[in-house]
Amino acid sequence: MYYPSGLRKSIAIARKDLRVYYGKGPVVIFGILLPFFFFFSFLIGRDMPPLSLISGLGGMAIWFTATSISPVIAPMETRTRTLERLVSMPISVTEMLMGDILASMTMGAVLSAIPISIIAVILNLNPVNFFPLALGIVVASFCFSTIGVLMSALPTDTPSDVIMLALLIKFPVVFVSGVFIPAGNLPGWGKLISRFSPLTYFVKLVRVSFGGTGQPWMNLGILTLFAVFFLLFAVFVHKRTLPKRL
Amino acid sequence: MSAIVSKKLVKEFDGLRAVNEVSFRVDEGEIFGFLGPNGAGKTTTTRMITGVIKPNSGTATIEGIDVVQNPTAAKEKIGIAPEEANAYLDLTARGNMNLAGEIYGVPSGQLRSKVNDLLDTFGLLDRADTKVKGFSKGMKQRLILAMALINDPGILFLDEPTAGLDVESQRLIKDRIKELNEEGKTIFLTTHDIAEADRLCDRVAVINRGRIAAIDSPERLKTTIQSTQSVLVSFSSMNFDPEDLRVLEGVEELEKEGDKWRLYGPEPGAIIEEVVSFVREEGLKILSLNTSGPSLEETFTHLTKNQS
Ligand SMILES: Nc1ncnc2c1ncn2[C@@H]1O[C@H](COP(=O)(O)OP(=O)(O)OP(=O)(O)O)[C@@H](O)[C@H]1O
Ligand SMILES: [Mg+2]
Repeated sequence: MYYPSGLRKSIAIARKDLRVYYGKGPVVIFGILLPFFFFFSFLIGRDMPPLSLISGLGGMAIWFTATSISPVIAPMETRTRTLERLVSMPISVTEMLMGDILASMTMGAVLSAIPISIIAVILNLNPVNFFPLALGIVVASFCFSTIGVLMSALPTDTPSDVIMLALLIKFPVVFVSGVFIPAGNLPGWGKLISRFSPLTYFVKLVRVSFGGTGQPWMNLGILTLFAVFFLLFAVFVHKRTLPKRL
Repeated sequence: MSAIVSKKLVKEFDGLRAVNEVSFRVDEGEIFGFLGPNGAGKTTTTRMITGVIKPNSGTATIEGIDVVQNPTAAKEKIGIAPEEANAYLDLTARGNMNLAGEIYGVPSGQLRSKVNDLLDTFGLLDRADTKVKGFSKGMKQRLILAMALINDPGILFLDEPTAGLDVESQRLIKDRIKELNEEGKTIFLTTHDIAEADRLCDRVAVINRGRIAAIDSPERLKTTIQSTQSVLVSFSSMNFDPEDLRVLEGVEELEKEGDKWRLYGPEPGAIIEEVVSFVREEGLKILSLNTSGPSLEETFTHLTKNQS
């Protein structure tokens, strides 16, 4: 499993990911800029209440940024054969994936904290539950990065394969997670599906953190459970598909 | 204890046996050559021993540590320069070295000086902070070798370290290999260059089509190779007893190739003289005559034929 001595290895991987992958044009545009334009074009001509706006934008931002690079690292490294280099060194699959998640989590947390703060200032909203919100941004970013890493278990060396798969999953999830329409206003079946989306709980958490009604810690707890589940699942699947990449 | 032990390693890809029960031992301090033509299974064997891929069956140990059971511990003992130069192009030389150092657990306090030393020995110090993207093939290969040495390993796996490099770079790398060996490192050197193996290696394993054909010192291997020198001759008529050819002086082996005969022996010149007097006695004529030296391909075919 994961030992503390592995942390240094994971951090080394994360630093490498941040240097190598977060400068790549197309990935940044599709992963980070597109969702913002998407969200704002939805906003035009609509009168959204401030709480829906901040939670919707926050959810959109963290979901797309945390899943922007995480799915493509593994296929890119397969293609450039740097994966072989990594695998030949003394590092476990868990340590390697933790590094990728760490990098993606850092970007996800920063790139969602910024727009949330900006909107909060513009709309003059006060975070009544600051700690759960701050923790929630970190945990949700970890959780969604892990989902991205899970998608990259597809044993391919073509990043666009995984990008397609990721888009097929990412957009529907947005619609059932209360980003555009609060989860409570969804039809019955929508409500049911929304419970299985971890993004729902982050959107709720943001809402609650800025004064909406609900329990912040419970939403955070559920997010944490999702994070653990997806982490174990991602490690399990990657261990099986890694040999197919080499 | 042997530095490397491979026991009946087998690897199949889609039903095709790329490596077939490969067994050998490498002693500590040895330069062990792993020689074979393209597609023989050299890289596949190396990847199994270094824990990159899992064998279908068989075992491999590094200083007694089983690679499949305990991959991380085994990998900490070795340095690897894989077949394809695959450092991160978007990182600097130093960035790549640091990444390797951190993964191998080089203490932070020593990392910087170690990286500088290695980059210096491989002539890359002045380019340490430029991205690898702009490096030439030879520079990339030297960086890969420097990365392989970051943990000061006792055993070094080099998969065709000089392939595709110019004479100058080749010499630099070969000199380094010799020096490293003199420092006491065991070196597992994969190559298809028989001259390179001859100059560097204490012992050589020849692999062909996934099987070990021979393991010996280069000198003894060469005697096998010499016997594969041959004379290819065609006569005006096939009207004679082939056994008469076989018993000519200096002929060790005879083979029919279409309308021609191939006569193997250590001294093709002597064989030609014998063939000429044979032709006179039998009243035949020589239509064509060629000699061929010990090509690697022939050596391998010869060796595998003797094996199975
Ligand atoms: N990942 C793989 N999938 C399918 N077949 C493979 C794979 N790797 C190797 N092979 C096959 O296994 C055989 C041995 O390949 P290997 O790369 O080990 O040869 P090699 O001796 O290193 O050759 P070269 O001198 O060209 O490097 C080849 O027939 C090759 O096509
Ligand atoms: Mg090879």
